[in-house]
Amino acid sequence: MERQQGTDRVKRGMAEMQKGGVIMDVVNAEQAKIAEAAGAVAVMALERVPSDIRRDGGVARMADPTITEAVVNAVSIPVMAKCRIGHIVEARILESMGVDFIDESEVLTPADEEYHLLKSTFTVPFVCGARDLGEAARRIAEGAAMIRTKGEPGTGNVVEAVRHMRKIQAELNQILHTNPDELMTRAKEWGAPYEVLRLIQQEGRLPVVNFAAGGIATPADAALMMHLGADGVFVGSGIFKSEQPEKFAKAIVEAVTYRDDFERIAHLSKGLGTAMKGIDVTSMPFEERMAPRGW
Amino acid sequence: MVIGVLGLQGAVREHLEMLMSLGVKTRIIKSAEDLEGLAGLVLPGGESTTMRRLIDRYALLAPLRQKTKTLPMFGTCAGMILLATELEQGAAHLEAIPMKVKRNAFGRQIDSFETMVDIEGIEQAVDAIFIRAPYVERVDQGTRVLAQVAEDIVVVETDMHLACSFHPELTNDTRMHRYFIEKVKQHHAASVIS
Repeated sequence: MERQQGTDRVKRGMAEMQKGGVIMDVVNAEQAKIAEAAGAVAVMALERVPSDIRRDGGVARMADPTITEAVVNAVSIPVMAKCRIGHIVEARILESMGVDFIDESEVLTPADEEYHLLKSTFTVPFVCGARDLGEAARRIAEGAAMIRTKGEPGTGNVVEAVRHMRKIQAELNQILHTNPDELMTRAKEWGAPYEVLRLIQQEGRLPVVNFAAGGIATPADAALMMHLGADGVFVGSGIFKSEQPEKFAKAIVEAVTYRDDFERIAHLSKGLGTAMKGIDVTSMPFEERMAPRGW
Repeated sequence: MVIGVLGLQGAVREHLEMLMSLGVKTRIIKSAEDLEGLAGLVLPGGESTTMRRLIDRYALLAPLRQKTKTLPMFGTCAGMILLATELEQGAAHLEAIPMKVKRNAFGRQIDSFETMVDIEGIEQAVDAIFIRAPYVERVDQGTRVLAQVAEDIVVVETDMHLACSFHPELTNDTRMHRYFIEKVKQHHAASVIS
Protein backbone atom coordinates (compact mmCIF):
# COMPACT_ATOMS: atom_id res chain seq x y z
CA MET A 1 0.00 0.00 0.00
CA GLU A 2 1.06 3.57 -0.64
CA ARG A 3 2.90 5.47 2.11
CA GLN A 4 2.08 9.15 2.58
CA GLN A 5 4.63 11.32 4.38
CA GLY A 6 4.29 14.80 5.85
CA THR A 7 0.48 14.66 6.17
CA ASP A 8 -1.31 16.73 8.81
CA ARG A 9 -2.03 13.58 10.81
CA VAL A 10 1.61 12.51 10.76
CA LYS A 11 2.81 15.98 11.78
CA ARG A 12 0.16 16.68 14.42
CA GLY A 13 0.44 13.11 15.69
CA MET A 14 4.14 13.63 16.30
CA ALA A 15 3.26 16.59 18.54
CA GLU A 16 0.59 14.52 20.34
CA MET A 17 3.31 12.05 21.37
CA GLN A 18 5.10 14.86 23.21
CA LYS A 19 2.13 15.52 25.49
CA GLY A 20 2.72 15.54 29.20
CA GLY A 21 6.40 16.05 28.53
CA VAL A 22 9.17 18.61 28.85
CA ILE A 23 11.21 19.89 25.89
CA MET A 24 14.57 21.29 26.95
CA ASP A 25 16.90 23.83 25.32
CA VAL A 26 20.43 22.48 24.89
CA VAL A 27 23.53 23.98 23.29
CA ASN A 28 25.71 20.87 22.92
CA ALA A 29 25.70 17.06 22.89
CA GLU A 30 26.59 16.81 26.57
CA GLN A 31 23.58 18.87 27.65
CA ALA A 32 21.38 16.88 25.26
CA LYS A 33 22.42 13.66 27.01
CA ILE A 34 21.68 15.15 30.43
CA ALA A 35 18.24 16.23 29.18
CA GLU A 36 17.51 12.77 27.75
CA ALA A 37 18.62 11.04 30.94
CA ALA A 38 16.40 13.36 32.97
CA GLY A 39 13.36 12.27 30.93
CA ALA A 40 12.94 15.11 28.40
CA VAL A 41 10.58 14.13 25.56
CA ALA A 42 12.66 16.17 23.11
CA VAL A 43 15.53 18.63 23.03
CA MET A 44 15.78 21.99 21.28
CA ALA A 45 19.25 22.42 19.77
CA LEU A 46 20.46 26.01 20.00
CA GLU A 47 23.65 28.01 19.75
CA ARG A 48 22.73 30.16 22.74
CA VAL A 49 19.84 29.91 25.20
CA PRO A 50 17.43 32.88 25.18
CA SER A 51 18.92 34.57 28.27
CA ASP A 52 22.34 34.63 26.57
CA ILE A 53 20.79 35.92 23.34
CA ARG A 54 19.34 38.77 25.44
CA ARG A 55 22.65 39.47 27.12
CA ASP A 56 24.71 39.36 23.92
CA GLY A 57 22.36 41.35 21.71
CA GLY A 58 22.99 41.50 17.94
CA VAL A 59 21.26 39.31 15.37
CA ALA A 60 20.32 35.82 16.55
CA ARG A 61 20.21 33.25 13.74
CA MET A 62 19.73 29.52 13.22
CA ALA A 63 22.42 27.58 15.14
CA ASP A 64 25.61 26.46 13.45
CA PRO A 65 24.70 23.09 11.82
CA THR A 66 27.66 21.51 13.64
CA ILE A 67 25.82 21.98 16.95
CA THR A 68 22.51 20.68 15.61
CA GLU A 69 24.23 17.68 14.06
CA ALA A 70 26.11 16.86 17.27
CA VAL A 71 22.83 16.93 19.20
CA VAL A 72 21.04 14.81 16.58
CA ASN A 73 23.78 12.19 16.88
CA ALA A 74 23.90 12.27 20.67
CA VAL A 75 20.32 11.30 21.58
CA SER A 76 17.50 8.99 20.46
CA ILE A 77 14.68 11.33 21.53
CA PRO A 78 13.43 13.83 18.92
CA VAL A 79 15.53 16.91 18.18
CA MET A 80 13.99 20.29 17.49
CA ALA A 81 15.78 23.37 16.19
CA LYS A 82 14.87 27.02 15.70
CA CYS A 83 14.80 29.01 12.49
CA ARG A 84 14.07 32.73 12.17
CA ILE A 85 10.49 33.78 11.47
CA GLY A 86 9.97 33.72 7.70
CA HIS A 87 13.43 32.34 6.90
CA ILE A 88 12.57 29.77 4.26
CA VAL A 89 16.14 28.64 3.69
CA GLU A 90 17.08 28.16 7.35
CA ALA A 91 13.94 26.01 7.63
CA ARG A 92 14.87 23.96 4.54
CA ILE A 93 18.41 23.49 5.86
CA LEU A 94 17.10 22.14 9.17
CA GLU A 95 14.67 19.87 7.33
CA SER A 96 17.48 18.53 5.14
CA MET A 97 19.54 17.74 8.27
CA GLY A 98 16.81 15.43 9.59
CA VAL A 99 15.70 17.66 12.45
CA ASP A 100 12.42 16.20 13.79
CA PHE A 101 10.57 19.47 14.49
CA ILE A 102 11.28 23.11 13.62
CA ASP A 103 10.44 26.04 15.87
CA GLU A 104 9.74 29.14 13.78
CA SER A 105 10.78 31.26 16.70
CA GLU A 106 10.58 34.84 17.90
CA VAL A 107 13.60 34.09 20.11
CA LEU A 108 15.71 34.56 16.99
CA THR A 109 15.74 37.86 15.13
CA PRO A 110 12.93 37.73 12.54
CA ALA A 111 14.06 37.45 8.92
CA ASP A 112 10.68 38.67 7.71
CA GLU A 113 8.52 41.12 9.62
CA GLU A 114 5.51 40.61 7.39
CA TYR A 115 5.25 36.95 6.41
CA HIS A 116 5.56 33.72 8.36
CA LEU A 117 6.58 30.47 6.67
CA LEU A 118 4.00 28.50 4.72
CA LYS A 119 4.63 25.50 6.89
CA SER A 120 2.20 23.22 5.04
CA THR A 121 4.71 23.01 2.16
CA PHE A 122 7.27 21.23 4.38
CA THR A 123 7.47 17.52 5.30
CA VAL A 124 8.91 18.33 8.73
CA PRO A 125 6.41 19.56 11.35
CA PHE A 126 6.59 23.06 12.88
CA VAL A 127 5.83 24.64 16.23
CA CYS A 128 5.02 28.36 16.46
CA GLY A 129 4.46 30.81 19.28
CA ALA A 130 1.13 32.52 19.97
CA ARG A 131 -0.20 35.11 22.43
CA ASP A 132 -3.88 34.58 21.70
CA LEU A 133 -6.22 32.31 19.77
CA GLY A 134 -6.20 34.47 16.63
CA GLU A 135 -2.42 34.18 16.37
CA ALA A 136 -2.59 30.42 17.09
CA ALA A 137 -5.24 29.98 14.40
CA ARG A 138 -3.17 31.90 11.82
CA ARG A 139 -0.17 29.69 12.47
CA ILE A 140 -2.31 26.52 12.32
CA ALA A 141 -3.75 27.64 8.98
CA GLU A 142 -0.18 28.10 7.69
CA GLY A 143 0.51 24.50 8.71
CA ALA A 144 1.90 24.60 12.27
CA ALA A 145 1.48 21.16 13.89
CA MET A 146 2.01 22.47 17.42
CA ILE A 147 1.43 25.76 19.20
CA ARG A 148 3.24 27.12 22.22
CA THR A 149 2.73 30.29 24.21
CA LYS A 150 5.30 32.94 23.43
CA GLY A 151 5.74 34.00 27.03
CA GLU A 152 8.77 36.23 27.40
CA PRO A 153 11.80 34.02 26.69
CA GLY A 154 15.03 34.26 28.65
CA THR A 155 13.50 36.21 31.52
CA GLY A 156 12.88 33.41 34.02
CA ASN A 157 9.56 35.17 34.59
CA VAL A 158 6.46 33.10 33.97
CA VAL A 159 4.02 36.01 33.92
CA GLU A 160 3.78 36.38 30.14
CA ALA A 161 3.39 32.63 29.54
CA VAL A 162 0.55 32.66 32.08
CA ARG A 163 -1.06 35.64 30.35
CA HIS A 164 -0.87 33.97 26.93
CA MET A 165 -2.12 30.59 28.16
CA ARG A 166 -5.04 32.18 30.04
CA LYS A 167 -5.95 34.22 26.98
CA ILE A 168 -5.86 31.26 24.60
CA GLN A 169 -7.92 29.09 26.98
CA ALA A 170 -10.47 31.86 27.58
CA GLU A 171 -10.87 32.47 23.85
CA LEU A 172 -11.17 28.73 23.22
CA ASN A 173 -14.00 28.58 25.73
CA GLN A 174 -15.58 31.58 24.08
CA ILE A 175 -15.47 29.89 20.67
CA LEU A 176 -16.99 26.70 22.09
CA HIS A 177 -19.94 28.77 23.31
CA THR A 178 -20.31 31.00 20.25
CA ASN A 179 -23.33 30.58 18.00
CA PRO A 180 -22.24 29.29 14.59
CA ASP A 181 -23.76 32.40 12.97
CA GLU A 182 -21.48 34.63 15.10
CA LEU A 183 -18.28 32.80 14.21
CA MET A 184 -17.41 34.86 11.13
CA THR A 185 -17.50 38.04 13.20
CA ARG A 186 -15.09 36.51 15.74
CA ALA A 187 -12.86 35.50 12.82
CA LYS A 188 -12.84 39.09 11.59
CA GLU A 189 -12.20 40.59 15.04
CA TRP A 190 -9.37 38.22 15.91
CA GLY A 191 -7.83 37.94 12.45
CA ALA A 192 -8.40 34.21 12.80
CA PRO A 193 -9.05 32.02 9.75
CA TYR A 194 -12.73 31.07 9.82
CA GLU A 195 -12.04 27.44 8.90
CA VAL A 196 -9.78 26.96 11.91
CA LEU A 197 -12.37 28.44 14.27
CA ARG A 198 -15.00 26.13 12.78
CA LEU A 199 -12.73 23.15 13.28
CA ILE A 200 -12.18 24.17 16.91
CA GLN A 201 -15.94 24.38 17.41
CA GLN A 202 -16.54 21.00 15.78
CA GLU A 203 -13.76 19.19 17.63
CA GLY A 204 -14.30 20.97 20.95
CA ARG A 205 -10.59 21.78 21.18
CA LEU A 206 -7.58 23.14 19.29
CA PRO A 207 -6.69 20.83 16.38
CA VAL A 208 -3.05 20.76 17.57
CA VAL A 209 -1.37 20.50 20.97
CA ASN A 210 -0.60 23.68 22.89
CA PHE A 211 2.55 23.80 25.01
CA ALA A 212 3.72 26.47 27.44
CA ALA A 213 6.97 28.32 26.80
CA GLY A 214 8.78 31.51 27.65
CA GLY A 215 9.96 32.19 31.19
CA ILE A 216 9.33 28.85 32.92
CA ALA A 217 12.06 28.70 35.58
CA THR A 218 11.05 26.24 38.35
CA PRO A 219 9.25 22.88 38.75
CA ALA A 220 6.34 24.81 40.28
CA ASP A 221 6.18 27.08 37.20
CA ALA A 222 6.04 24.02 34.95
CA ALA A 223 3.25 22.42 37.01
CA LEU A 224 1.40 25.75 37.05
CA MET A 225 1.34 25.85 33.26
CA MET A 226 -0.09 22.31 33.19
CA HIS A 227 -2.82 23.43 35.58
CA LEU A 228 -3.66 26.27 33.21
CA GLY A 229 -4.25 23.77 30.40
CA ALA A 230 -0.86 23.35 28.73
CA ASP A 231 -0.27 19.97 27.06
CA GLY A 232 3.41 20.12 28.01
CA VAL A 233 6.20 22.65 28.55
CA PHE A 234 9.32 24.02 26.93
CA VAL A 235 12.06 24.99 29.35
CA GLY A 236 14.73 27.21 27.88
CA SER A 237 17.32 29.02 29.92
CA GLY A 238 15.97 27.68 33.24
CA ILE A 239 17.72 24.30 33.32
CA PHE A 240 21.28 24.84 32.19
CA LYS A 241 21.47 28.26 33.84
CA SER A 242 20.61 26.70 37.20
CA GLU A 243 23.23 25.53 39.67
CA GLN A 244 22.43 21.80 39.34
CA PRO A 245 21.13 21.16 35.82
CA GLU A 246 20.70 17.38 36.19
CA LYS A 247 18.67 17.57 39.35
CA PHE A 248 16.77 20.56 38.07
CA ALA A 249 15.88 18.84 34.77
CA LYS A 250 14.58 15.73 36.58
CA ALA A 251 12.55 17.84 38.98
CA ILE A 252 10.85 19.71 36.13
CA VAL A 253 9.95 16.45 34.34
CA GLU A 254 8.45 14.98 37.51
CA ALA A 255 6.56 18.15 38.39
CA VAL A 256 4.87 17.98 34.97
CA THR A 257 3.97 14.28 35.31
CA TYR A 258 2.72 14.61 38.89
CA ARG A 259 1.30 18.12 38.59
CA ASP A 260 -1.53 17.38 41.04
CA ASP A 261 0.70 15.85 43.71
CA PHE A 262 1.81 18.94 45.60
CA GLU A 263 3.64 17.08 48.35
CA ARG A 264 5.74 15.45 45.69
CA ILE A 265 6.45 18.77 43.98
CA ALA A 266 7.43 20.23 47.36
CA HIS A 267 9.82 17.33 47.89
CA LEU A 268 11.44 17.57 44.49
CA SER A 269 11.77 21.35 44.74
CA LYS A 270 14.04 21.01 47.78
CA GLY A 271 17.69 21.94 47.52
CA LEU A 272 17.66 22.78 43.84
CA GLY A 273 19.91 25.76 44.45
CA THR A 274 19.17 29.15 43.03
CA ALA A 275 16.97 29.28 39.97
CA MET A 276 17.96 31.75 37.27
CA LYS A 277 17.76 35.31 38.54
CA GLY A 278 15.13 36.51 36.13
CA ILE A 279 13.91 39.83 34.83
CA ASP A 280 10.84 41.84 35.75
CA VAL A 281 9.05 41.96 32.40
CA THR A 282 7.18 45.20 33.22
CA SER A 283 10.49 47.05 33.60
CA MET A 284 11.73 45.90 30.20
CA PRO A 285 11.78 48.39 27.33
CA PHE A 286 9.27 47.32 24.66
CA GLU A 287 11.96 46.89 21.99
CA GLU A 288 13.73 44.29 24.16
CA ARG A 289 10.68 42.06 24.29
CA MET A 290 10.57 39.03 22.03
CA ALA A 291 6.87 38.15 22.23
CA PRO A 292 5.71 41.00 19.93
CA ARG A 293 7.90 39.61 17.13
CA GLY A 294 5.71 37.96 14.48
CA TRP A 295 1.99 38.75 14.33
CA MET B 1 -14.60 -4.20 33.20
CA VAL B 2 -11.97 -1.48 33.66
CA ILE B 3 -9.10 -0.99 31.22
CA GLY B 4 -6.25 1.22 32.37
CA VAL B 5 -4.06 3.52 30.30
CA LEU B 6 -0.52 4.14 31.52
CA GLY B 7 -0.69 7.90 32.04
CA LEU B 8 2.89 9.01 32.53
CA GLN B 9 3.27 10.78 29.17
CA GLY B 10 2.07 10.66 25.56
CA ALA B 11 -1.24 10.02 23.79
CA VAL B 12 -3.17 9.11 26.93
CA ARG B 13 -6.38 11.07 26.26
CA GLU B 14 -6.82 9.56 22.77
CA HIS B 15 -6.73 6.00 24.14
CA LEU B 16 -9.12 6.87 26.96
CA GLU B 17 -11.58 8.44 24.52
CA MET B 18 -11.39 5.50 22.14
CA LEU B 19 -11.96 2.96 24.92
CA MET B 20 -14.86 4.98 26.33
CA SER B 21 -16.44 5.22 22.87
CA LEU B 22 -16.44 1.41 22.89
CA GLY B 23 -18.30 1.33 26.19
CA VAL B 24 -15.36 0.39 28.42
CA LYS B 25 -14.65 1.94 31.81
CA THR B 26 -11.16 3.44 31.99
CA ARG B 27 -8.58 4.52 34.54
CA ILE B 28 -5.39 6.56 34.22
CA ILE B 29 -2.46 4.64 35.73
CA LYS B 30 0.28 6.67 37.39
CA SER B 31 1.28 4.49 40.33
CA ALA B 32 1.47 0.82 41.35
CA GLU B 33 -1.74 1.06 43.44
CA ASP B 34 -3.68 2.17 40.36
CA LEU B 35 -3.00 -1.24 38.76
CA GLU B 36 -5.27 -3.16 41.14
CA GLY B 37 -8.57 -4.46 39.77
CA LEU B 38 -7.82 -3.84 36.09
CA ALA B 39 -8.99 -6.16 33.32
CA GLY B 40 -6.48 -4.83 30.79
CA LEU B 41 -3.84 -2.16 30.34
CA VAL B 42 -2.95 0.06 27.39
CA LEU B 43 0.62 1.35 27.04
CA PRO B 44 0.24 4.44 24.83
CA GLY B 45 2.48 6.08 22.29
CA GLY B 46 4.87 8.74 23.50
CA GLU B 47 8.59 8.81 24.14
CA SER B 48 9.65 5.38 25.38
CA THR B 49 12.85 6.76 26.95
CA THR B 50 10.84 9.28 28.98
CA MET B 51 8.27 6.69 30.05
CA ARG B 52 11.02 4.32 31.18
CA ARG B 53 12.67 7.06 33.28
CA LEU B 54 9.37 7.76 35.00
CA ILE B 55 8.59 4.05 35.44
CA ASP B 56 11.96 3.60 37.13
CA ARG B 57 11.79 6.67 39.28
CA TYR B 58 8.40 5.79 40.66
CA ALA B 59 9.08 2.10 41.24
CA LEU B 60 6.58 0.94 38.62
CA LEU B 61 8.90 -1.47 36.82
CA ALA B 62 8.59 -4.43 39.20
CA PRO B 63 4.79 -4.14 39.62
CA LEU B 64 4.28 -3.78 35.85
CA ARG B 65 6.54 -6.75 35.11
CA GLN B 66 4.64 -8.81 37.69
CA LYS B 67 1.32 -7.79 36.09
CA THR B 68 2.42 -8.89 32.60
CA LYS B 69 1.87 -12.48 33.82
CA THR B 70 -1.83 -11.99 34.52
CA LEU B 71 -2.95 -8.71 32.95
CA PRO B 72 -3.47 -8.42 29.16
CA MET B 73 -1.60 -5.42 27.76
CA PHE B 74 -1.82 -3.52 24.47
CA GLY B 75 1.19 -1.43 23.47
CA THR B 76 1.12 1.11 20.65
CA CYS B 77 4.44 2.47 19.28
CA ALA B 78 6.39 3.34 22.45
CA GLY B 79 4.13 0.79 24.18
CA MET B 80 5.40 -1.90 21.81
CA ILE B 81 8.96 -1.01 22.82
CA LEU B 82 8.03 -1.29 26.51
CA LEU B 83 6.56 -4.79 25.98
CA ALA B 84 9.51 -6.35 24.09
CA THR B 85 11.82 -8.93 25.67
CA GLU B 86 14.75 -7.61 23.66
CA LEU B 87 15.68 -4.28 22.07
CA GLU B 88 18.11 -3.67 19.27
CA GLN B 89 19.72 -1.04 21.51
CA GLY B 90 19.63 -0.83 25.29
CA ALA B 91 17.99 -2.92 28.00
CA ALA B 92 14.44 -4.32 27.66
CA HIS B 93 11.64 -2.90 29.81
CA LEU B 94 8.61 -5.07 30.69
CA GLU B 95 9.74 -8.20 28.81
CA ALA B 96 6.19 -9.36 28.13
CA ILE B 97 6.21 -10.26 24.42
CA PRO B 98 9.01 -12.53 23.14
CA MET B 99 10.44 -10.43 20.33
CA LYS B 100 13.28 -8.12 19.37
CA VAL B 101 12.23 -4.55 18.61
CA LYS B 102 14.12 -1.77 16.86
CA ARG B 103 13.36 1.83 17.87
CA ASN B 104 12.89 4.60 15.28
CA ALA B 105 13.20 1.79 12.76
CA PHE B 106 11.64 3.65 9.82
CA GLY B 107 13.89 6.69 10.29
CA ARG B 108 13.43 10.18 11.69
CA GLN B 109 10.22 12.27 11.78
CA ILE B 110 10.47 13.29 8.09
CA ASP B 111 10.25 9.57 7.26
CA SER B 112 7.07 9.11 9.33
CA PHE B 113 4.06 8.08 7.25
CA GLU B 114 0.48 6.89 7.09
CA THR B 115 -0.81 3.91 5.14
CA MET B 116 -3.41 1.14 5.18
CA VAL B 117 -2.30 -2.12 6.81
CA ASP B 118 -3.80 -5.61 6.35
CA ILE B 119 -4.03 -7.33 9.72
CA GLU B 120 -4.73 -10.99 10.31
CA GLY B 121 -8.04 -11.41 12.12
CA ILE B 122 -9.35 -7.98 11.02
CA GLU B 123 -11.32 -7.93 7.80
CA GLN B 124 -10.37 -4.84 5.81
CA ALA B 125 -7.11 -2.88 5.95
CA VAL B 126 -6.63 -0.70 9.03
CA ASP B 127 -5.89 3.05 8.93
CA ALA B 128 -2.37 3.30 10.37
CA ILE B 129 -0.20 6.30 11.31
CA PHE B 130 3.50 5.54 11.90
CA ILE B 131 5.41 8.21 13.83
CA ARG B 132 9.12 7.61 14.40
CA ALA B 133 7.83 4.09 14.69
CA PRO B 134 9.57 0.91 15.84
CA TYR B 135 9.24 -2.45 14.12
CA VAL B 136 9.79 -6.01 15.21
CA GLU B 137 13.08 -7.44 13.96
CA ARG B 138 12.38 -10.97 15.14
CA VAL B 139 9.61 -12.83 16.93
CA ASP B 140 10.41 -15.63 19.35
CA GLN B 141 8.39 -18.62 20.50
CA GLY B 142 4.86 -17.78 21.56
CA THR B 143 4.59 -14.60 19.49
CA ARG B 144 2.46 -14.49 16.34
CA VAL B 145 2.92 -11.96 13.53
CA LEU B 146 -0.39 -10.31 12.57
CA ALA B 147 0.80 -7.68 10.10
CA GLN B 148 3.75 -6.47 8.07
CA VAL B 149 4.46 -3.31 6.11
CA ALA B 150 6.58 -4.41 3.17
CA GLU B 151 8.92 -6.83 5.00
CA ASP B 152 8.72 -5.23 8.40
CA ILE B 153 6.64 -6.70 11.23
CA VAL B 154 4.31 -4.10 12.71
CA VAL B 155 1.60 -6.01 14.63
CA VAL B 156 2.18 -9.00 16.94
CA GLU B 157 0.33 -10.84 19.66
CA THR B 158 0.81 -13.53 22.26
CA ASP B 159 -2.03 -15.41 23.93
CA MET B 160 -2.31 -12.51 26.36
CA HIS B 161 -0.73 -9.36 24.89
CA LEU B 162 -1.00 -7.26 21.73
CA ALA B 163 1.38 -4.68 20.23
CA CYS B 164 1.48 -2.50 17.12
CA SER B 165 4.04 -0.07 15.70
CA PHE B 166 1.45 2.51 14.69
CA HIS B 167 -1.09 4.75 16.43
CA PRO B 168 -4.69 3.52 16.12
CA GLU B 169 -5.59 6.06 18.83
CA LEU B 170 -4.89 8.94 16.39
CA THR B 171 -7.49 7.70 13.88
CA ASN B 172 -11.21 7.01 13.94
CA ASP B 173 -10.56 3.34 13.26
CA THR B 174 -11.52 1.49 16.46
CA ARG B 175 -10.84 -2.05 15.28
CA MET B 176 -7.46 -2.54 16.97
CA HIS B 177 -9.02 -1.49 20.28
CA ARG B 178 -12.00 -3.81 19.70
CA TYR B 179 -9.56 -6.61 18.96
CA PHE B 180 -7.79 -5.94 22.27
CA ILE B 181 -11.06 -5.75 24.23
CA GLU B 182 -11.99 -9.18 22.79
CA LYS B 183 -8.61 -10.55 23.91
CA VAL B 184 -9.20 -9.16 27.39
CA LYS B 185 -12.65 -10.78 27.56
CA GLN B 186 -11.33 -14.13 26.32
CA HIS B 187 -8.47 -14.05 28.79
CA HIS B 188 -10.76 -13.47 31.75
CA ALA B 189 -13.32 -16.02 30.56
CA ALA B 190 -10.53 -18.60 30.27
CA SER B 191 -9.09 -17.80 33.68
CA VAL B 192 -12.54 -18.19 35.30
CA ILE B 193 -12.91 -21.68 33.77
CA SER B 194 -9.44 -22.83 34.82
